[in-house]
Amino acid sequence: MAALIMTCLQLSKLNTMKPLKLSLQYSLIAAFFSMMSCTVFADSIRLATTTSTYNSGLMEYLLGHYAQVSDTEVQVISVGTGKALKMAENGDVDLVMTHAPAAEARFVAQGFGIEAQSVMYNDFVLVGPQDDDAKVRQVHTVTEGLSRIAKLNKRFISRGDDSGTHKKELQLWKHLGAAPTFDGYLESGRGMGHSLQMASEMSAYTMTDRGTWLALKDKLQLRLVLESDPKLLNPYQVMLVNPARHPHVNINSARRFSLWLISPEGQKAIGSFRIHGEVLFVPSAK
Amino acid sequence: MYNLWTTFSAALAQLWSGDPLLWGIVAVSFSVSASALLIALLPALTTGFMLAYFRFPGRWAAISVLNSLLAVPTVVVGLVLYMLLSRAGPLGDLNLLFTRPAMIIGQILLCFPLLVAMSLSAFQAADHRVLETAKTLGASPWQAFVTLLFEVRFALLAAVVTAFGRIIAEVGSAMMVGGNILHHTRNITTAIALETGKGEFVQGVALGIVLLTLALVLNISLGWMQSHSRVLRHGD
Repeated sequence: MAALIMTCLQLSKLNTMKPLKLSLQYSLIAAFFSMMSCTVFADSIRLATTTSTYNSGLMEYLLGHYAQVSDTEVQVISVGTGKALKMAENGDVDLVMTHAPAAEARFVAQGFGIEAQSVMYNDFVLVGPQDDDAKVRQVHTVTEGLSRIAKLNKRFISRGDDSGTHKKELQLWKHLGAAPTFDGYLESGRGMGHSLQMASEMSAYTMTDRGTWLALKDKLQLRLVLESDPKLLNPYQVMLVNPARHPHVNINSARRFSLWLISPEGQKAIGSFRIHGEVLFVPSAK
Repeated sequence: MYNLWTTFSAALAQLWSGDPLLWGIVAVSFSVSASALLIALLPALTTGFMLAYFRFPGRWAAISVLNSLLAVPTVVVGLVLYMLLSRAGPLGDLNLLFTRPAMIIGQILLCFPLLVAMSLSAFQAADHRVLETAKTLGASPWQAFVTLLFEVRFALLAAVVTAFGRIIAEVGSAMMVGGNILHHTRNITTAIALETGKGEFVQGVALGIVLLTLALVLNISLGWMQSHSRVLRHGD
């Protein structure tokens, strides 16, 4: 803490020359800083994970279980998969849990991440306006569903934020040939929750992970229009930041948490998480 | 579907019940913004004073740069600071990214130009005779500075209130360099962004009420102090 205070003070000193009589002022500020320091845990790690695991409440639920067996505090930063991997690449977090298999494979191959473990999966679903005017419910594959939306030029909200969901969606459009160019295709550039709310307000279709959908559907004027296509599988992996690249990472505590996630105990906790009585994530550790 | 009134009353109820999570978030906002303001205040006032009272080469350039900095979006400050503080950046070894001190630094950068600009115009508007009288009476430069500070105290107070309002309400920099970590760096604005994303409007509205109340209290007390002082002067 003391080091942090000094740094802040030095930075503020850069701003200007100042009179000499300020040492009292600064010791008061230093006292203020130390007062506001928070609960001290023996040890802490930082986990960058996706909004789908955080906004659904899963992470908080799992950390409640983990706190019973560990003194390590897990600080969660929830962002899109692309940004989470970037944070891990830069060494700004200790481990990462994401859902974009191709990007994750690249991440490990480039030596940024180690010990990738499959943790759980759920699936994506297509949701749309109550009246489903593109009649997506009549088809059974996601390719057909998307092609209907595109052909009829219905509104479709894309995340457009390089998240795992966005990557998946772009990959699905590729099956139709080209990237979507119809007028109804809109990029929100926001998280899943915000995008679902936009879709609801604009009577648009969108693709969402089932977890966020179940957590939010009571607040939306949308309905599920397509599910259960094997192409819509959504697997999550946990990876440790490579300590050979970033020696400062808290590798031991990060590994302990990662191993707990795939342990029978952690897997049981994942499987027991429910919203409105529905299972959101299926444990999948080997 | 939510309705405006039920959301609003549920928000008031949540605030009234003293929900520790909610008030913890409010406490983060206050400690971060108050620290940033305290640290930036004296250097900023001194800079404003020097710009107002000393003529030196590059003074106009400095003032122009300062005024341009007023328009910098908070996310840009956040982005630059993020790149500096990231482990991959030049200041990565300080290990400051995703901590409160990082948020404080961001807010210092945001309120410093505002404090300098507003104190500069306050000093410029002040009667030059105050300073000259102080000097004639044998005041040291420091004493003269303090005398002048007292003379323009209400304008400076307005600067402080405005600066505090700007930084406690900013979300861009706090989100980027704080990371919105629960119990650590989740403040009022980042929590509102998160909760609305989850469709939880009640907590968002509750936190919004805190911000609005704060703005009202600050501005009303500032207005009261100013009018009160005028009444006193007229009574002299």
